[in-house]
Amino acid sequence: MKIIIGFIVLWPLIGFLFNGLGRNIWSKKTVAYKATGYIVASFIFSILAFINIQEQGAITVHYFDFINTANFKIPFDLKVDALSSLFLLVITGVGSLIHLYSTAYMKEEEAPHYARYFAYLNLFVFSMLLLVLGDNFVIMFIGWEGVGLCSYLLIGYWFTNNTFNYAAKKAFIMNRIGDLGFLLAIFWLIAKLGTISYSEVLTAESLAKLSSTDITAITLLLFVGAMGKSAQIPLFTWLPDAMAGPTPVSALIHAATMVTAGIYMITRANILFSASEFTGHVIAIVGISTALLAATIAIKQNDIKKVLAYSTVSQLGYMFLGLGVGAYSGAVFHVITHAFFKALLFLGAGSVIHAMHHEQDIRKMGGLKSKLPITHITFLIGCIAIAGVPPFSGFFSKDEILEAAFAKSPIYWVLGIIGAAMTAFYMFRLYATTFLGQFRGTQDQAHHLHESPFAMTLPLILLAIASAIAGAIGVPELMGGHHWLSHQLVPILGESHETVLSHQTEWMLMGISVTIALIALIIAITIYKKKADAEPQTALGRFLYNKWYIDELYQNAIVEPLNKFAGFLKEVIEKSVIDGAVNGTGKLVQYSARKMRLVQSGQVGYYILFMVLGIVLMLVLWFNDISILRFLIQLTQKS
Amino acid sequence: MFLLSFLLIPIIAAIVLLFIKQDDKVQLVAVGAALLSLFAAIYMLTNATSAFDAAWLPVLNSRFILQADGLSKILVLLTAISFPAIFIATGKNIVANKNVFLSLMLFTQAGLMGVFLAGDALLFYFFWELALIPVYFLCSIWGGEKRIAVTFKFFIYTFLGSLFMLIGIILVYSKTADHNFLIESFKHANLTAAQQAIAFALFFIAFAIKMPIFPLHTWQPDAYEQSPTAVTMVLSAVMVKMGLYGVIRWLLPLFPAAANSHAIMVIDLSVIGLLYASFIAIKQDDVKRLIAYSSIAHIGLMSATLFTNRSIGTQGVLIQLFSHGINVLGLWIIADIIEQQTGTRSMKNLGGLAKKQPTLAILLVAFAFANIALPLTNAFVGEFLMFNSLFQYNPWIAAAAGVSVVLAAIYTLNMVQKVAYGTVSESVNKMSAPNKNAQGVLIVLIVIVFVTGVYPQPLFELTKDTLQQLFVK
Repeated sequence: MKIIIGFIVLWPLIGFLFNGLGRNIWSKKTVAYKATGYIVASFIFSILAFINIQEQGAITVHYFDFINTANFKIPFDLKVDALSSLFLLVITGVGSLIHLYSTAYMKEEEAPHYARYFAYLNLFVFSMLLLVLGDNFVIMFIGWEGVGLCSYLLIGYWFTNNTFNYAAKKAFIMNRIGDLGFLLAIFWLIAKLGTISYSEVLTAESLAKLSSTDITAITLLLFVGAMGKSAQIPLFTWLPDAMAGPTPVSALIHAATMVTAGIYMITRANILFSASEFTGHVIAIVGISTALLAATIAIKQNDIKKVLAYSTVSQLGYMFLGLGVGAYSGAVFHVITHAFFKALLFLGAGSVIHAMHHEQDIRKMGGLKSKLPITHITFLIGCIAIAGVPPFSGFFSKDEILEAAFAKSPIYWVLGIIGAAMTAFYMFRLYATTFLGQFRGTQDQAHHLHESPFAMTLPLILLAIASAIAGAIGVPELMGGHHWLSHQLVPILGESHETVLSHQTEWMLMGISVTIALIALIIAITIYKKKADAEPQTALGRFLYNKWYIDELYQNAIVEPLNKFAGFLKEVIEKSVIDGAVNGTGKLVQYSARKMRLVQSGQVGYYILFMVLGIVLMLVLWFNDISILRFLIQLTQKS
Repeated sequence: MFLLSFLLIPIIAAIVLLFIKQDDKVQLVAVGAALLSLFAAIYMLTNATSAFDAAWLPVLNSRFILQADGLSKILVLLTAISFPAIFIATGKNIVANKNVFLSLMLFTQAGLMGVFLAGDALLFYFFWELALIPVYFLCSIWGGEKRIAVTFKFFIYTFLGSLFMLIGIILVYSKTADHNFLIESFKHANLTAAQQAIAFALFFIAFAIKMPIFPLHTWQPDAYEQSPTAVTMVLSAVMVKMGLYGVIRWLLPLFPAAANSHAIMVIDLSVIGLLYASFIAIKQDDVKRLIAYSSIAHIGLMSATLFTNRSIGTQGVLIQLFSHGINVLGLWIIADIIEQQTGTRSMKNLGGLAKKQPTLAILLVAFAFANIALPLTNAFVGEFLMFNSLFQYNPWIAAAAGVSVVLAAIYTLNMVQKVAYGTVSESVNKMSAPNKNAQGVLIVLIVIVFVTGVYPQPLFELTKDTLQQLFVK
């Protein structure tokens, strides 16, 4: 097993080195086969590991000591257990499909750049696998920053475009702010417990050693890390900008995997999070606020990828709502179903963009239904799944979160339902504007409209199937299922608590949410099957269209003042004050030297006088044990 | 005897160089000598070495003692790697009187080696100055336009610091039991609390200027900017380590009580300097000045950590001494190639390097991420341990210092974006064929970055004895 688990991580790394170092050597075909092949290999090994742990439970393997120094140790250990094995399958499974899709999508790139793209993509999978496989918080952190790096590199993949570069930099820096929180949490754990291994930290005994302040602080700091990676308020604005990267990247990194790292982390540390009621409320409130904020913005966006980006932010908000109210398995469930349908939607969008010759504005599309039949039908499945229509996958996972939210506080549930209605609305606005009605593009585009090649449609079909049926892993007992997923997660989460809601209430809640979603989607189709959105006319419309002006707010309230502050330090403090003082001292010395020159008069008598005075002074100092200096020091210490 | 070779090789080569006129032979001798030192350093890592002890100034009871523990070894190794790297990477640069230039460089190397090996305070002082004086000539003769004023400031500033240290040495010497300069005798010198405070202050000023600690740093960006880049590399990769070395070897063991009572002040100043330099780095347009401020920030973290006086943090510093040297050397070499080939260091005139010279751009990105301590690069290990130690000392200080992690990402990625990305600028378009020698050096350095970043254990082993000496009483 040691070798199998090791190679789950190593295959993508080998792929990275192979394509990265050989970017000028290999043909595009070799690059494509190798890059995809390594991820598929990793997927196969993940399946093996998954099967293995079904029989013998969690496996931890030790490779070497990353840090081993006087009374402090960080082993390089990997762990496959119920939680990480699920993430493994999603990462490598969806990852394989996206690699396959990319081989066709990126076809126009020159060979060295093609290789560079796949090298980054492989490196990303490597980092992500390290993140979920690590058996302690530091290995998780290594993967955590690693995926940040890859995200940076891939957002700025087309590096001659400076707008993209800004987006890449913004993503990395915002993530780093979160990472700082994560780091401080790690230090806190080390200070209190002296260890960062899951098997030692995430136990009842460790919990007993921590005060409630410790727990609240640690969990909040960890959550700050999750905010950055998983794009929650206030650190969410990088994700929509990250759409600058190639579309398959958005599908893999900015929808299906990396952004779910925060959910993984909190689920992993659920024993800590469950111990702090306060942190739970903070997470739930931030989650639901993000879900609603992003949904309102998504309603008014016209860039096909931007709509999906805000939708991702919003769906992540739901997952955090789930975590906050203690529905860890619901959150993980939603991670899995969301990975399928959001990857599907992004890849579908990529197929549309591909067919439209890099047009991303949905107002210039319309009527693509007949021209892109496979893309159309799979995209529709994705929309239905995300809107929460039964029996598609999104319904089950979202419903589980909403029910848990209701049990915690009906307010969370009401807000969640409002968000769900908006989700159905903006998704079907997107669908109808893009695929229904008349084609609104140019003649030239109409002429070239074509369905994408098989390498792109195959992933769409497979993901569509998964989006449709993945709900089966979590059918609630209410509906005669036995919720395989929550049973699977028992080793991580403990026995699930008895549901507090009566069956009647559950059916009712479910009925309301489905009805509202259906109403919202029918309204959206009716409005947008005829015409696209015009420029926003109302103040509210403009406000949403401009994303609540949050970027502008950050720019004016944070970035600019800090920039001015840095300028002030550079121009005033450094130049005038500190260096001024240094140079001033120099001038003073020169000045006094000019005066002192008079002392050097050439008269031997003066010299002897000064010498004697000097000797006397030295002797005085000596015999008084330098008491004058001591006196001076005491003086300064008093003041 | 073996340790003596670290002094003899560069000194002999330096003297020989003065008599050679052809530039290519000069280069050959210098590189050869530097590589020989490197081999010696590698040999030292794998073999036990005994101390070298000879009479030196019998009148003063000062002895010529060279000895190497982990701390010495890691810095000797850094010095031994840096010099051949610098000579090879900058070998194609046109330098007037190349033999004298390289000869002075080798004298500097001898001085640095002496500083890291000396086991006698007076000998330490002697090498401390020996390292400084050739640099003074290197800067003032081969430097940029403003070299005279800048070098003068640099020299006076650091020389002043050295004088304070000399007074400190004499003070402690006078209080040793049998009047000698041995480090062990110094540790047991019979100092009152007040004397210890004074001696601490005298030593501290010298080291603080050298590192530098805020607000004694203003000589450094100017000196880095105006020196020929080969000299800047020495200053920044190796010479600043003298100050940190001094703190670990002399200051903390000699005056533990005074160090303890002044710790909070030094830590505060260091953390202020860390943030201050990071903010200023954001506003720099000159690549060299940006790296200079970035380096000041990194040193600030190291000095703050040392004064928390915890073994975990000190371990971080011991590793970071080496890692910082490697990383900053890589950045300087890249900056030098760019300046040599484009004729500018101003970032607003750069851009598009990734299109023009992809390999160099990739290396720049790799070193940039090492500079911001991305995990699995060498700097992460050290920074992680250092922040950890600061956190144990005081969580709020650690949190404040932690902001620099974000600031470092801002200025470093700014630089990457302005230099490597975007469309090819006019100056970048002028770049000729890639400098293969320099790129070769960079590749070796980046391999060190990742190997020690993924598997730092050998560095821990190397410095284990120093750590034990310092913390196991």
